[in-house]
Amino acid sequence: MIVRILNEGQWHLTDDAVRGLNSFDDAVEQAVAAGDQEQLTKALHTLLDRIRTTGSRVADEELEDSDLILPAADSTLEDVQQLLSESEEGLIPG
Amino acid sequence: MIFRAKTDKALDKLEDPRQTLDYSYQRQLELLQKVRRGVADVATSRKRIELQANQLNTQADKLTNQAQKALEVGREDLAREALTRRSGLQQQLNDLQVQHAQLQAEEEKLTRASQRLQAKVDAFRTKKETIKATYSAAEAQTRINEAFSGISEEMGDVGLAIQRAEDKTAQMQARAGAIDELLASGALDDPTGTAKDDITLELEQLASTSDVENELARMKAALGAGPAAEPQAIEGQQPPAQAQQPPTQAAQPPSLDAQSPQEYQAPPSQGQEAPPAQPQGDLR
Repeated sequence: MIVRILNEGQWHLTDDAVRGLNSFDDAVEQAVAAGDQEQLTKALHTLLDRIRTTGSRVADEELEDSDLILPAADSTLEDVQQLLSESEEGLIPG
Repeated sequence: MIFRAKTDKALDKLEDPRQTLDYSYQRQLELLQKVRRGVADVATSRKRIELQANQLNTQADKLTNQAQKALEVGREDLAREALTRRSGLQQQLNDLQVQHAQLQAEEEKLTRASQRLQAKVDAFRTKKETIKATYSAAEAQTRINEAFSGISEEMGDVGLAIQRAEDKTAQMQARAGAIDELLASGALDDPTGTAKDDITLELEQLASTSDVENELARMKAALGAGPAAEPQAIEGQQPPAQAQQPPTQAAQPPSLDAQSPQEYQAPPSQGQEAPPAQPQGDLR
């Protein structure tokens, strides 16, 4: 699976690694629901760090669609709310 | 997904699917230009902040020196004033440092985005040339879709990054402009030191007074233990010197008044020249 972190680039992730992300995704959703920017930044950092460490970078010259697009680490509540409103299953489906 | 839809709409107008390749490539090059300009803009903003931080630093150092000098001549009130101003500057400096760090991070991200887009645009060009050379218009469509995948997403992301950087630099520039104004208005004083602020003036006055006293003391000592000095006489010399300033300032307003009649005379003379030109214009 290919995951894009906005403003950063794309990563290859195994399906197992993607499944492992769901609990982190929940934390992001909860922070947005609570309207807690500090919590959101923390949750996003954890989620994105996880992707950077478990995934491998897609080479710059590779032209591939992403299966998932995730907000940048310094996104505001508004940014993430907008992304979430486009997807009913959180940032990461499943 | 949003970005992809936008690109596709523009592409619908083209008949030969292979044309879409050239069209898209053109758009990619334009975007690449835009990112590079974005990087340059952010760098300019960053340099401006660095310049201002230097000016504020110079100013802060100067105030520290002033406080030191004021204390040396026993003027704690002046020293306090200088240090109070310096702490105001320090606040500005701290803010600038935070902004500088933000801009630097933004610049790095944008530089990286520019590299990524460049690599993808190059890859797209290679694919594009292969498709155009190898496939007929009818065959090309699936290959083209493959070529588009990824690049339009990247373009969308880069577009957002530029937008972000533009917003950030606009904010910074507004702030930088405010600090420039502050520096220019003399509230933070002129960093070149050509215009003297009130603390400097007062310190210089104190210094010249004590120079005179020292000189007097030396002369008296040379004469052989003269009577006590008379600082009153020295103080008495200052008011006349200060009193000379108001008249010169008062002389300026009349000269300004004298200029305004001249300015009023100018419009009629322009008005006389203008009418002949206007009818000609109307006729043609």
